[in-house]
Amino acid sequence: MSAQPLIETKALTKQYPGVLALNAVDFDLHSGEVHVLFGENGAGKSTLISMLAGANTPSQGSVVLDGQKAKFDSVADAQKKGIYTVFQEFSLIPTLTVAQNIFLGWEPMKGPFIDHRTMRKRAYEMLLELGFDIDPNAVTSHLSRAQQQMVEITKAFHGDLKVLILDEPTASLTDKEVDHLFEFVNELKAKGVGIIYISHRIQEFSRIASRVTVLRDGAKIGTVNIAETNEDALVEMMTGRAIDEIYPKIEQGTGEILLTVEGLRTAGIHDAFFEVRAGEILGVAGLVGSGKSRLFRTVMGLTTLVHGTVKMRGKDISHAPTRDIIKEGIYYLSPDRKAEGLDLAKPSKDNLAINLVMGDKVGGNGQLVKWSEVNAEAATISDYVELHEGYRNKPVSQLSGGNQQKVLFGKCFGQNADIIIFDEPTVGVDMGTRAALYLLIKELAESGKAVVVISSDLPEVMNLSHRMLVLAHGHISAELSGDDMTEEQVLKFFFDETGAKL
Amino acid sequence: MTTEATKTGAFDPIRKIFIKVGVLPFFLVGALIIFTALSDKFLSLQNLVNVARQSVYLVLVSMGQMLVLISGGFDLSVGTSIALTSVVSALGMVWFAGIFPDAIWLAIAFGACMGFAAAISVGLINGVGVAYFEVSPFIMTLGVSSVGAGLALFLTGGVPVSGLPFAFGDTFGFGRLFGIPIPVIIAAICIIFMWLFMSRTRLGTQVYAVGGNIKAAHLSAINTKRTLMMAYVICALIASLTGLLLTARVESGEANLGSTIALESIAACVIAGVSLRGGIGRVENVVLGAFFIVLVQNGMNLAQVSSYMQMVLLGALLILAVIFDQMRYRMILSGN
Repeated sequence: MSAQPLIETKALTKQYPGVLALNAVDFDLHSGEVHVLFGENGAGKSTLISMLAGANTPSQGSVVLDGQKAKFDSVADAQKKGIYTVFQEFSLIPTLTVAQNIFLGWEPMKGPFIDHRTMRKRAYEMLLELGFDIDPNAVTSHLSRAQQQMVEITKAFHGDLKVLILDEPTASLTDKEVDHLFEFVNELKAKGVGIIYISHRIQEFSRIASRVTVLRDGAKIGTVNIAETNEDALVEMMTGRAIDEIYPKIEQGTGEILLTVEGLRTAGIHDAFFEVRAGEILGVAGLVGSGKSRLFRTVMGLTTLVHGTVKMRGKDISHAPTRDIIKEGIYYLSPDRKAEGLDLAKPSKDNLAINLVMGDKVGGNGQLVKWSEVNAEAATISDYVELHEGYRNKPVSQLSGGNQQKVLFGKCFGQNADIIIFDEPTVGVDMGTRAALYLLIKELAESGKAVVVISSDLPEVMNLSHRMLVLAHGHISAELSGDDMTEEQVLKFFFDETGAKL
Repeated sequence: MTTEATKTGAFDPIRKIFIKVGVLPFFLVGALIIFTALSDKFLSLQNLVNVARQSVYLVLVSMGQMLVLISGGFDLSVGTSIALTSVVSALGMVWFAGIFPDAIWLAIAFGACMGFAAAISVGLINGVGVAYFEVSPFIMTLGVSSVGAGLALFLTGGVPVSGLPFAFGDTFGFGRLFGIPIPVIIAAICIIFMWLFMSRTRLGTQVYAVGGNIKAAHLSAINTKRTLMMAYVICALIASLTGLLLTARVESGEANLGSTIALESIAACVIAGVSLRGGIGRVENVVLGAFFIVLVQNGMNLAQVSSYMQMVLLGALLILAVIFDQMRYRMILSGN
């Protein structure tokens, strides 16, 4: 490690009207180093990297690149100086080919026309050099998310790359793809590129990074060497509380069987058998693409059920439309609150009102809506999910991810449901809010409801569940409970290809 | 990083009004100033009463259009529903009156029912196409409007259907009850009905939910397809009612009635703050929006703007309103 940092920030501060987004943060990155930025949503990570990437200008403090004070006018300017950012939201055009995307804005020309042949050839060479097995002629929308990520990274290699900023690159990747990405990151390290790595997955840090900087509420809490810290300590630094304060202890009820699924089959799911019981939390784990979400979307009638039966309290609901399934007492919370969960342009009370109007909790069955009752109940629910008063009349698009998720949770209290299915209940939610959401799940289960938690976050499923289904390749590869629910066991069944049933 | 910036300054109240109700108050004030300056007759009570009476038809159609816009689509075939209703109801009345010359009111009722049936089928076709086959509302209603206009012309051979019962025109075109024109009374009833429907019933709430986020609505136990169907059918039905009132006014069944009303009704809605993305809009504002469009047309007539130029200005007004709608939606989402 050279003595002089590759890039450095000195007392970097970003002041928005009324909000101090970043408070005098010192950060440094050496060449050939992976430096993790860690913190809750809203802790200032995005603000910090947006200033390094040239998307934002600091209010105070400075950025030092190669020992010299640097100022970036734009993202393009920062890229010219060797800093490239792969943001969470991809900047790829889905209808263009991989080669066209890689060379977007840098197209090789032959006279006044684009030289497509050279472009394809160079794209092919770049992908080959980086070890990505992607056809440069493929249309981008046909690629998997991981492959798209690789294309995004390839785009960074036009110029003289010094600093690569990866914003949650593994959030949607499978373990195999993550391995591949890390190999690549290690190669970049060997080439002397400095990498700023943002991720929530603590398990990953020790595999690639040497140092971690933890941010909380816009301020730097500290920078530690990976070798000298551990998961619990990092979480504590990030949240300001210990890890066992995050996951509550949930009492298991011995309730009746509510939902029975027998031989369920659909595209991507083969013969699933399982039961859901009242007073119990059923965890569902599996890799991305294992079908864990699809299984329950089929139960809800969102995907066509090809074969098998689904019974709620003995009543066959296999082919019922989603609305009737909800009325039977099963409620499903979408993993994508923006696309499927909330009406973003409306405030939280309007979002909650939809469920109250449709459900049987208030106002009876008449065609007229009793708005006074609906609004009162919406306020009660908002209190219950601890949505701050000041946020209730703002369009939910203006709320943070955590508060949006609270509104989404609120929707499941809008009708009388006996089974509540949480699909990725805390995706993109900070630790503080997570703890609050877990308490809601606890209260639901302990009040005798059946709760299903589908999650890609393994610690989350393991800590919350009384019983677990593990899915692999569309099969239920294991049903675990009690002492069998260990990380090794679960991971073993993640990759189970035989589809061994219970 | 989200910022909850609080901007203050002289423009703050203007911004707040703009976000809350849209561009209508500003346009209304602008129009009043301009046309009062251009013509001293404009702001007279008699003229404004006149505008109110003329605006009945656009107010009605705009409420139907609003329903479809809130559901997340739009209906270009409202004009066709009007024309088809006019032609079919006129043919029905003339035919029935020819067989039973004494049962005039029965003939009127029969013709009206046929007109409604024709419009309901237009709405059903639109609804099925949009809800079940997921055709874009633009293409669906554009296609249907061509089909319907063609049928209306085919049925009449392009010649107006005359010989309607006098009582029809006398009552629904020019009649008065307690001194108030009958069309105004009918419009007022419709406004109250629509206001109650949109703000007090479960079905109305469902229309807002479907337009706001159709997937979220589906996951909240709403029958989204039926809701969309209903929006198109009610829209066609209100257009049909307007068609009957216009037929009574012109005292003949005409296939060219309502040719410009699709554009005018969309303009009225957008100016009144109905979002083209769906989910947002209020009945009372739409009534004002339609009133505003007719007011502008009236003002332009008084200022002796040629009807060709009026088309140009109306189109420009619509585009301007959409641009403001775009800005407003962004402001709502970002809070800035």
